[in-house]
Amino acid sequence: MAPQLPSSVPVTRPPAGARLLLDAVGRRYGDRRVLENLDLEVEPGSFVSFLGPSGAGKSTLLRIVAGLERPSAGSVELRGTGPEPVTARMMFQEDRLLPWRSVENNVLLGVGGRREEARALLEAVGLAGRGGAWPAELSGGQRQRVALARALLHQPELLLLDEPFGALDAITRIAMQQLVERLWLDQPRTVLLVTHDVEEALVLSDRVLVLAGGSVGRDLRIDLPRGGRRGHPRLVAWKEEILQGLLEPASATKGAAREKAGTRPTTS
Amino acid sequence: MPEQPLLAKDGEPPSWPADATGQETGRATAPRPAGPPATRRIARLLPPLGRALAPWAVPLLVLVVWQVTAQTGALSPSVLPAPEAVLRAGSDLAATGELQRYILTSLRRIAQGFALGAATGLVLGFVVGMSKPAELLLDRSLQMVRTIPHLALVPLMIAWFGIGEEPKILLVALGTFFPIYLNTVTGIRGVDPKLLQLGRSYGLGRWSLIRDIAVPGAMPTILAGIRYSLGVAWMTLVIAETISADDGIGYLAQDARQMLRTDQIVLAIVLYALAGLLADLLTRLIERRVLRWHPNYRRPSR
Repeated sequence: MAPQLPSSVPVTRPPAGARLLLDAVGRRYGDRRVLENLDLEVEPGSFVSFLGPSGAGKSTLLRIVAGLERPSAGSVELRGTGPEPVTARMMFQEDRLLPWRSVENNVLLGVGGRREEARALLEAVGLAGRGGAWPAELSGGQRQRVALARALLHQPELLLLDEPFGALDAITRIAMQQLVERLWLDQPRTVLLVTHDVEEALVLSDRVLVLAGGSVGRDLRIDLPRGGRRGHPRLVAWKEEILQGLLEPASATKGAAREKAGTRPTTS
Repeated sequence: MPEQPLLAKDGEPPSWPADATGQETGRATAPRPAGPPATRRIARLLPPLGRALAPWAVPLLVLVVWQVTAQTGALSPSVLPAPEAVLRAGSDLAATGELQRYILTSLRRIAQGFALGAATGLVLGFVVGMSKPAELLLDRSLQMVRTIPHLALVPLMIAWFGIGEEPKILLVALGTFFPIYLNTVTGIRGVDPKLLQLGRSYGLGRWSLIRDIAVPGAMPTILAGIRYSLGVAWMTLVIAETISADDGIGYLAQDARQMLRTDQIVLAIVLYALAGLLADLLTRLIERRVLRWHPNYRRPSR
């Protein structure tokens, strides 16, 4: 099942997928400010991960980008490759399969009739021939694969992953990471991933953003070649550094303020 | 129909009900133990045929004891006629065509009353379950009417309609309405808001949200209501037919009482029991078909 990835896939890729522009985005629930004055530009076709302590607003940011929530302040802009509005599809931590629909009909949710494509996608996620099964008959990892196939059937220019592997065991999680990476390499699109797993973010992404104090605290470009990242000394060093920052909230906030002045992406 | 009660408000911290089909469901498809270990061991010792017949052992025993005591005279026929006498009463009535007519009349009343009550209950249940304004407008009134035992309306119905068909059908409809209405509202409210959010973010329109997510999600609860209300429907019909009727199974019992034909009275009771059993079997079949995706409704042996 584990796909063989070429060890020297170029990091710079031709632009495909949506460009995301966030301008001074804020979100508050009552008195609680979750996001504040967040500026961000995501290049088309890039794989960007969001890290941060619980409550840092990672998932909120993703829901705002998906249009499931409206920001209290600022603006969100999605620019697709064509004139039509950008299709964004979200994958959640829970698979959210409809238990009363067969696997194939779950994939077809919202797009009737494209059975051939649905079957091809099920094959691509390693579930060939399981289209007739009920979701209750699948394991947690298999169900997430179905959810992934369902998201991909819409050919989204922007794929939003909200901790999709959080509930899976370690082995299944790595298999899913490889699957997502392979599918992204096959068909370029912009991917935003929210995760708690620092290594997952570093292995998969072109760019890792650490949220702190309601905006981007750290903005890291991962320019290591794909395929051999796990265990790479620089990745290990980054991981240590980020984990330290997450473990010490006070110093992280201070560090974040410093970082912000220096490496904040320019979006104007 | 606004969808506020269906869908969590923007940004509200999630407070979803536990997912009925969680990670562990793989286990639910495994054969379930049929009881405590000792009974299970006994059950496994029996051949499949024996296991299929075992539930019928007690009713059969009762029937045999009944027949024997009646035949030896220990049980007076005026108290309880022998099963064989009840059967004879049935075949006599069938020969004249009366039995079939009684059964058909009662079935028709049940069907009409149930259809009326179930349709109203489902429609109002969906409306109230999905729309906040409808809930504000209707729910309180319906809950107040619910506290009136519907059988208390029997005298009023007779005063209004005499002994025609209307009071029976209306009473059955009333008895059917509330269990279905309440379960539909509960079922709709219980639909996982995460699934509705998913549906919205995958571009489903409102009609599709209702058809593909709300209705199937509420179905287990609605079907439980339908099963319960079928029982209420038969009970209501028994009372309505016994009090005022010139046709139907209840009339048969009433007429037999005046003639002191205990065999026919028992026959009427048996007919009601069979009808209830059949109705229950039918809804179980429907459940197994409609809820075949649900691990709890799948056949345990697989």
